[in-house]
Amino acid sequence: MTYETPVATAPPVTTAPPARSQGIALGRRRGTVATVIMALLALAWLFPLLWALVNSFREYDYTQANGYLSFGGWTFSNYVDAWTRADFGLHMKNSLLVTIPAVLLTLWLSSMVAFVLARFSYRFNLTLLGVFLAANLLPPQALLIPVFRMFRQIPVPYFLSDSGSLLNSFWALILVNTAFQMGFCTFVLSNYMKTLPYEIYESAELDGASVWRQYWQLTMPLVRPALAALATLQVTWVYNEFFWATVLIQQGDKLPVTSALNNLRGQFFTDTNLVAAGSIIVALPVLVVFFALQKQFVSGLTLGSTKG
Amino acid sequence: MAHIDEAPQQERAAAPTPGKEKRLPARDRLTVIVMVTVPLLLVLFLVWLPALGSVALSFGKWNGFGDIDTIEWVGFQNYQDIATIYPPFWPAIQHNLIWLGFLFLIPTPLGILLAVVLDREMKGSRFYQTAFYMPVVLSLALIGFIWQLFYSRDQGLINDVFGTQVDWYGDPDVNLWAVLAATSWRHTGYIMLIYLAGLKGVDASLREAAAVDGANEVKTFFHVILPVMRPINLIVIVIVVIESLRAFDLVWIVNKGRNGLEVIGALVAQNVIGEATRYGFGSALAVIMMLISSVFITIYLRTVFREERRG
Repeated sequence: MTYETPVATAPPVTTAPPARSQGIALGRRRGTVATVIMALLALAWLFPLLWALVNSFREYDYTQANGYLSFGGWTFSNYVDAWTRADFGLHMKNSLLVTIPAVLLTLWLSSMVAFVLARFSYRFNLTLLGVFLAANLLPPQALLIPVFRMFRQIPVPYFLSDSGSLLNSFWALILVNTAFQMGFCTFVLSNYMKTLPYEIYESAELDGASVWRQYWQLTMPLVRPALAALATLQVTWVYNEFFWATVLIQQGDKLPVTSALNNLRGQFFTDTNLVAAGSIIVALPVLVVFFALQKQFVSGLTLGSTKG
Repeated sequence: MAHIDEAPQQERAAAPTPGKEKRLPARDRLTVIVMVTVPLLLVLFLVWLPALGSVALSFGKWNGFGDIDTIEWVGFQNYQDIATIYPPFWPAIQHNLIWLGFLFLIPTPLGILLAVVLDREMKGSRFYQTAFYMPVVLSLALIGFIWQLFYSRDQGLINDVFGTQVDWYGDPDVNLWAVLAATSWRHTGYIMLIYLAGLKGVDASLREAAAVDGANEVKTFFHVILPVMRPINLIVIVIVVIESLRAFDLVWIVNKGRNGLEVIGALVAQNVIGEATRYGFGSALAVIMMLISSVFITIYLRTVFREERRG
């Protein structure tokens, strides 16, 4: 039996048949009510994206003439139009160039800290974790001015960034995203690593394996599920990052796609169908990740609470 | 973004007690030092040092172009000016508080309710979860963009259906609420997911015991589930506060945080990349944000660490 019906039915063990059937009947009715409400809410929640999807395929002239509550005027041209006008190809590439390195760097650095936290019991462990975790929660705006000024000051060779400083370079975004996301990943990974039996390290030590080998060859393969889950989450988070990209990148052609939305506002907001097509284009990568890796996605968020 | 790290698991029995780690060979010790130092330097350099920098700069006047010695130190002048002669400040505080109150009163309870209902393996539970959770993978900037389809004055669905002529994103009387509705679309699913994860950890026998005692749904929730979920509740509170304080993406995409959408986060940005660069001013605003958030970060860390120690 599942808990499809509310728990407040008759006591489960020694129920006499009449009471039991009554309980189920009640439960069934309440279950139906719950199902209907849930179905309606779920539809309401899906509606904005569905609405965007439908209208992204409609001609501007048609919807102008007949209103949005009409039906017809199907076209694919909004996508072509939005793609070229917004230069989405370029911005998608920028997003890719920021997201992939940032996620790899975050996972690598935080897995090292997590390993030390899980493998050893130093006095500074909690403090160390606190330093990373609190950083994860600080409002980024609170750090904006010093980071902005520092990045403008730090020279970067021109072959790495044509702006000559960290400002307007992808490196800035990679580093900032990494610094902010490490807290969460360190926490999740160290908890995950703590579920590994400690004996594996004892026998590794007996075999003379160095700490680095214990990390890289023993621990890392064992935490692959957690790494996969975190990678999924981080890809969407970094792809969605808006604030730092908006303030640290001032050359329009270097903006990742999420922050490029800001510049499209003026161009697009006069044509809602174009907004719809643009929205779907920008949403598509994360939606694909979400649907393809939903299990990883959800487990990434819940890893901290379950036993691995 | 997300900070859903609740209730860590038990410490292994075989691990040495804290602080009693035996000495490692020199090479391994070096490895450990490097493994910790590199990430630590990054976070110190890009988060903690700038945090201190904001505090220092908040006591000066600086346009940011000259060297550091061009800063004119003015004490608490910036704070005083913010409170007295900076028009958007009090509206911003008010909007952040409305933001907070709104999230607490509507999408957060709704998310919790959805989690409690969906926790009962009802038919189609996975479908519902997916529907509610889907907006969470979208950025708030994109959400602001998508909701333009509802809010546009001339082409938006709302005006189309109701025959109104409201500029939902532009009218300072309504745009805050329009933005809050859009943000709730995402926030509800987020809270639902966190809570659902927590509920999975609640011992089923607790509920059965409550049922045996004749407690109804509502009673079971308030007297059994909610108290057991205390750590999650605290984390939800912290998340809601921090999210309201950080509010930026949506208002920036709508109108860069003016005309009815002033929020502190946007004011800081306006003082750096806006027409006037007033670093001292912006930093003072940043420090105010930092002070508020630090209270809740402390609550968060204490919750997490208490769980950790309890093991």
